[in-house]
Amino acid sequence: MIAIDSLTKKYGSTTVVRDISFTARDGRVTGFLGPNGAGKSTSMRMMVGLTTPTEGRATISGRQFADLPNPGREVGVMLDASAQHAGRTGREILTIAQQIMGVPASRVTELLDLVSLTGAEADRRVGNYSLGMRQRLGIAAALIGDPSTLILDEPANGLDPAGIRWMRDLLRDYADDGGTVLLSSHLLTEIEIIADDIVMIGQGRIVSQGAKSELLAAAGTVVRAADVAALRRALTTAGVTTTVCEDGSLRTDADPALVGRAAYDGGVVLTELRNADSGGLEEMFLELTADTQRDQPSERTAA
Amino acid sequence: MTATTADTADNTVTTGRRTDFAPIPLSRVVRVELRKMFDTRSGFWLIASIVITGLIATIATVAFAPAEDLTYYNFAKAVGFPITVILPMVALLSITSEWSQRSGLTTFTYVSSRRRVVWAKTLSAVIIAVASMLFAFAAGAVGNVVGSTIADTSTVWDLSVGHALTIVLGNLVSMSIGTMLGMLLRSSAGGLVMYFVLVLLVPNLTSLLAASQDWFKHLQPWVDLPFSQTHLFDGMQNGTQWAQVATAFTLWVVVPGFFGLRRVMRSEVK
Repeated sequence: MIAIDSLTKKYGSTTVVRDISFTARDGRVTGFLGPNGAGKSTSMRMMVGLTTPTEGRATISGRQFADLPNPGREVGVMLDASAQHAGRTGREILTIAQQIMGVPASRVTELLDLVSLTGAEADRRVGNYSLGMRQRLGIAAALIGDPSTLILDEPANGLDPAGIRWMRDLLRDYADDGGTVLLSSHLLTEIEIIADDIVMIGQGRIVSQGAKSELLAAAGTVVRAADVAALRRALTTAGVTTTVCEDGSLRTDADPALVGRAAYDGGVVLTELRNADSGGLEEMFLELTADTQRDQPSERTAA
Repeated sequence: MTATTADTADNTVTTGRRTDFAPIPLSRVVRVELRKMFDTRSGFWLIASIVITGLIATIATVAFAPAEDLTYYNFAKAVGFPITVILPMVALLSITSEWSQRSGLTTFTYVSSRRRVVWAKTLSAVIIAVASMLFAFAAGAVGNVVGSTIADTSTVWDLSVGHALTIVLGNLVSMSIGTMLGMLLRSSAGGLVMYFVLVLLVPNLTSLLAASQDWFKHLQPWVDLPFSQTHLFDGMQNGTQWAQVATAFTLWVVVPGFFGLRRVMRSEVK
């Protein structure tokens, strides 16, 4: 479990991370979602002691990172897959991790197999790796100590769709075994595929968090009927405000049960009724991050 | 070996909530840091160049030095010189590469105490320093025997154990300049430039200053580390020289090294 408590990072008068608190739970994949420059990487560096927080703290299974006797055995970290000495081979990078953590040498080959890097690829220097190969190597290095927690910054970056699916399955299995996964991304689609819980961050502050299913539900409802005008009347009568989409469907913030009841009461035949899901979440993502961007100038004058 | 997959407790691989891991012993950090000094092409050749230039120096001494200079001390000095120059770079790059190559992003998540990592790197550099000095003394001995045989002169062994030890110490002082600069600057390019400024440019300036300013001539042995370091290579004569080396070492290495270590501890690794 990763517990983030009021983590704040200021550089001079600029606040990069503003009082964020959330929990990444055991057995769940938590997606840390936000646009570029939102403060995701800084937050993750603070979790593992590479950046000193201005305020607040982060604990992993109840302890701060600096207090872990052999951190690699408890927390697998990948903050930047490209941050490796380009002159080392992939196998050498894993061997260094294996030796410092004190795990059996056989783990190196096991992990290379797990992330589907061939022996020939492992013997090449990392400077010649593609981004996708570096990500796989980074995941292998994070997993080599068999930790119960994973902290991964943009792990799906540079992976092709099959690679993203592979990572989803890998992290899903890991979480199903009781592991805690925190991963960041600036792409909603990635997070949506992989994560159970979502923490959305914009301009250094958390703008929304919760289970993916809840956030999807909160994204509203899409409803469609043969007679759109009658449906709108029925919903308005029930006090549900709606917007008409380009494709003729209606969108509302109310949940599907309420919408269904209102349509039934109004005697309207529905042809579709569902959570707004991906489109809705994306709209919320853009809206929330746009909001925080608009907030910023007033924030500055207030500071 | 039956069902057990591991030979020691620390090697057990479990997927549970194990949190009772043994702390990483310093010896293991040193072993890994030593490995990291050799496992890249640039690192390997940097250290190999100590051996290669040492061998070239031996051959050159045999070939070109006048017969009366074919003594053990001169051989050891010729072989040892490349060590004095290259070793600080080994020490410096081992620290700066964590920042310049950004590998610190993983190194410091394996061992969260940066003080411990820097300490292990320093010990690794000391191990390489001592090993390469032993090589220099051995190569010097071979050169001395071969050289005097070819020149048909008597073989002169004019290096005492005590003098050999101060030469080793002199090289460790050079090495520590690299360690200090590595911590202070945490940049490979900047560190190397500063290193050459300190060991090549500064001694020229201070000798100019000492030649023209009488007050500095007396002060120089106390404040000019490359200057007082020559005592160590030439063999210490008296307690004053030790005091001068200690004072200059404090000014050049201990004080800036202290600030460097603080910056290593506090700086952000990204």
